Amino acid sequence: MLLLIAFPIGSVIMQSLYAQHEQVIEIVENCGPFGCTKEAAVNTEATQELRDAQPLGRFVGLENYLNRGHLAVSELAEAWRLSDSWGDYGNRIMNLPFYSAIIFTLTFTFIVTPMAIGLGFAIAIAVNSASKVLRGPLIFVSLLPFIINPLVGSLVLFWMVDARGVLGHGLQWLTSDPDLSVKASTPLMWIMLMIYGVWHTAPFAFVVFYAGLQTVNQDTNEAAMIDGANRWQRVRYVTIPHIMPLVTFVALIQIMDNFRVFEPLVSFSAGAHATSLSYYIYSDLGGETRLLNSAAATSVLTIICVGILLSPVLVRTWRDFKRA
Amino acid sequence: MSVKARALPESLRFLLLAFLVLWVVLAAFPFLWTLWGSFKVEGDFFSKASWSLALTGDLTRVETGGSFTGEGYEGAWIQEEFWRSVLNTTIVCFCVVTISLTLSTLGGYALSRSNHNYAFWLLIIALMFRAMPPITLVSGYLLPFYEWNLWGRLSTTIVVLVAINQPFSLWMLTSFFRNIPKDLDESAMVDGCNRFQAFRHVIIPVMWPGVITTGLFSFLLAYNDFAVTAMLLEKDNQTMIPKIASFLGTTQTKGNVMFAVAAVISATAPLFVLILFFQRQIVSGLTAGAVKG
Repeated sequence: MLLLIAFPIGSVIMQSLYAQHEQVIEIVENCGPFGCTKEAAVNTEATQELRDAQPLGRFVGLENYLNRGHLAVSELAEAWRLSDSWGDYGNRIMNLPFYSAIIFTLTFTFIVTPMAIGLGFAIAIAVNSASKVLRGPLIFVSLLPFIINPLVGSLVLFWMVDARGVLGHGLQWLTSDPDLSVKASTPLMWIMLMIYGVWHTAPFAFVVFYAGLQTVNQDTNEAAMIDGANRWQRVRYVTIPHIMPLVTFVALIQIMDNFRVFEPLVSFSAGAHATSLSYYIYSDLGGETRLLNSAAATSVLTIICVGILLSPVLVRTWRDFKRA
Repeated sequence: MSVKARALPESLRFLLLAFLVLWVVLAAFPFLWTLWGSFKVEGDFFSKASWSLALTGDLTRVETGGSFTGEGYEGAWIQEEFWRSVLNTTIVCFCVVTISLTLSTLGGYALSRSNHNYAFWLLIIALMFRAMPPITLVSGYLLPFYEWNLWGRLSTTIVVLVAINQPFSLWMLTSFFRNIPKDLDESAMVDGCNRFQAFRHVIIPVMWPGVITTGLFSFLLAYNDFAVTAMLLEKDNQTMIPKIASFLGTTQTKGNVMFAVAAVISATAPLFVLILFFQRQIVSGLTAGAVKG
């Protein structure tokens, strides 16, 4: 099992250091009635031979990481030199594929996570105050957006906001702009993706918080009531401290899940407006030319990002473990 | 006093009720709408003229004669051979769940009864795997699999999915087995059982709740996976989810969108049934990790 885990990571790092072979180019002399011309032609056979002999490609070291598709060091420096304001600089960075992917991924993660936690908490409080008969069906309905396959769930939403779908019509009616289309506008697409993200992840927060609410100590609650706390104060000073550990847990899981956002981008066909890191790898791997090396470099960078995101948690777990 | 004091004032109760109704509509409406629409023709479900056509189905009546049509389903299941990918999904899910449950029950039991503290490392590996996008791993698998000619087979996909799933289910079952008191198998061993007999006669009868919960999550992972199956399988042995994605990519001609709509509903139905029967286990599985830290 460990082999299957460690092996792909090793393989990714290996691949990321290589690049595809360049095509073998020969100079061919064409002699016609009007004299001879020299032409460069691709020798397909030789190229194929070279590729078969060394399937990994040629060794290029760290070049894959530094080229335009990834860290783009030279492009960054040039953009810094040419741009006259921060806004301009930002625009130039958004044109570099790796940076636009990472910016979208981080924005998505850090906007969706708190909103989903907030919504989940609100639903949990509301369900908790509903009558016992209703709770079962309510939980059933709430689980739907979460259990559903992300690709399928986002497709369902996407069809509804299509300019010809029911929500699309609603939006056009609200803004009284009959040509409005979510597909065509980048900001709308981002908002749509984030709404989908909240819709998809809030149920998980809800379920965990709901379980936590069952264990709130009623004596403390009553004591607070006798001390004159009103309803809001009881939620603020009794319930929220009680479920605070759960909030950390949910936030951790959701940051991890949101960081790998991928399927909604496929089904929203949002490639032109927003790419996440996973989607960037996917589009490198798919398609006619499989850019394995480029994908591998992105993968390594993604793994590093995950490591950075998780490091505070890891350190804390390690400390707890030492103490225990 | 407590009942009366806890009763909510009318206004607050109304507010909460309104919020709940809003959430229920948000959660369920998209599915109901798509289910309804999947029995219509494209002109109705994606209507330029008016959204209400999807409800009344005017064009459906003109084109097919009835208010509902099974054309989308027929096209998806028979013409585009969706049944084949349903079959593939069944095979993949069944194998992944069986293999990973067998491995992690035995492994989890052993880990929970050993004196070394593996729990921490297990937890870390499970966390890492939870955090890593599966597609980063897939890009590592691809080239070797081409070279060894393993690419495009169901068995390869099953092995990869089991590997991705393993740390998580191992961790879940280990913490479940830890909660079964050691005294239980120790007393069996005092009575003359060996280690294996103790497992067979004492532990197996009481382990089902944990195993079912873990199995559910393995099933969901295998069923919902897109990154691994889309990359590792060929066109003719795709599972359901990549198949739906390919409906979208290649054919946007008239009528084919409705195939995708029908396929989406077909892929959702099993999950519906699953939640209906296993709601309790899913909820307990989701909260298990949280309660234990």
